[in-house]
Amino acid sequence: MLKLAYLLAGGCGGCDMAVVDLSETLVDVLPQLEVVFWAPTVADVKYKDLEAMPDQSVDVGLVSGMVRLSEQEHMTRVMRQKCKVLVAYGACAALGGIPGMANLHTKEEIFQTAYFDTFSTDNPDGVTPQTKCLVDGKYELTLPEFYGRVRPLHQVVDVDYFIGGCPPHHSFVGQAIVAILEGKLPPPGSWITGGKAVCDVCSRNPGQQGGERELITSVKRTVDGAPEEGKCLLQEGYICLGAVTQGDCGALCPKVNIPCRGCGGPIPGVKDFGLRAVSAIASSLADEELVDQIPSPVKLFYRYALPASMLGKKVK
Amino acid sequence: MKMSEWTPNIVVFACNWCTYQGADLAGSLRYEYPPSINIIRVPCSGAIEPEYIVSALKNGADGVLVGGCHPGDCHYKEGNHKAVRRFNLLKRVLTGMGVEAARVRLEWISGSEGRRFAEVMTEFDRAIKEIGPNPIGRDGNA
Repeated sequence: MLKLAYLLAGGCGGCDMAVVDLSETLVDVLPQLEVVFWAPTVADVKYKDLEAMPDQSVDVGLVSGMVRLSEQEHMTRVMRQKCKVLVAYGACAALGGIPGMANLHTKEEIFQTAYFDTFSTDNPDGVTPQTKCLVDGKYELTLPEFYGRVRPLHQVVDVDYFIGGCPPHHSFVGQAIVAILEGKLPPPGSWITGGKAVCDVCSRNPGQQGGERELITSVKRTVDGAPEEGKCLLQEGYICLGAVTQGDCGALCPKVNIPCRGCGGPIPGVKDFGLRAVSAIASSLADEELVDQIPSPVKLFYRYALPASMLGKKVK
Repeated sequence: MKMSEWTPNIVVFACNWCTYQGADLAGSLRYEYPPSINIIRVPCSGAIEPEYIVSALKNGADGVLVGGCHPGDCHYKEGNHKAVRRFNLLKRVLTGMGVEAARVRLEWISGSEGRRFAEVMTEFDRAIKEIGPNPIGRDGNA
């Protein structure tokens, strides 16, 4: 019986759903799993219950979501203490994910937008979240602290394995869980991945069709027209990051005309996803002028990987 | 440290076939350029991954210059064509990340342009002095 703990840190819950999406595979492996902690999705176990468990008593811990709040940092540290193997599960935990783009803004800017500037905000007293407040002069209420930046899991605690995807594709989650159950794991610190790029598994890749890659002669946004069926999105000008992204998803997005945005995480050997994407895309451009036509390059190339990048956040 | 005492730390990635030869020539001809310039010889400007430039900035460089062959003169035919595309796209990303665009520069300097090498280095050193120290890695930045 393998003891499993699952923590939803800063994520949206989509990664939890990917586990639930395993359906029959989950049913198959459940007899071998004891879920000791998975709040709130599956098990009615509280933070204090996990805190009370003996250290190193849980075999595998999955953490989905990044760390932005003091609560998430605390629980992530608790998970590290209790679990023998800790997995950063999904794009947010492994790279910072979509919420990681908030690292382009300061905490003050985020509060200004969220609590003052948005159209639907009605905040005449100028209240912003405080870590403590006293109600009726006697009840002290607390909120977690909102940190100045988003961090992926490995910037908070040691992480044994990384799994990419937003969310990870359920068939791949199945393989990963079976690998964990059977102990067929790569050296600690690695990504659990097939090691192939999205392009490697994409049927649109000219290389798979016996053709050759050509340079890009135009830059299009996804709203500009419709891509030709079966043709490489990148060659048609839709900036697709499949070349530098792990293809454990089976190239799901390109299959339905959506260019890859890199949620699977960097292919093995790549330290900084966005910078390698810059390199790969720029050197595929036929014309120098096209460089300036690529819209919002930071948010395009660092959509999922900004907090885990070399710079990590916007320089003041 | 007082600003008056500060001298910049500049990393120059010089392509083996042109800019590095230009630096050699500048030396042979006794042209002077500032001591803040630290040259790293690379096979080709097209070998410069954006990671190298950001690594330099992150590890204390106040400015980074990539020197390659003039367009059409690349020893590997199209290395400098790739370099200019990567460099310009990286520059847009760096600007978005709050790094001053003038901290990074791409220049074509051939093996016969010893004087130009010295002039470009002197000018870049002056430009970096004007921008001031690189904030990355200091004062809780990135």
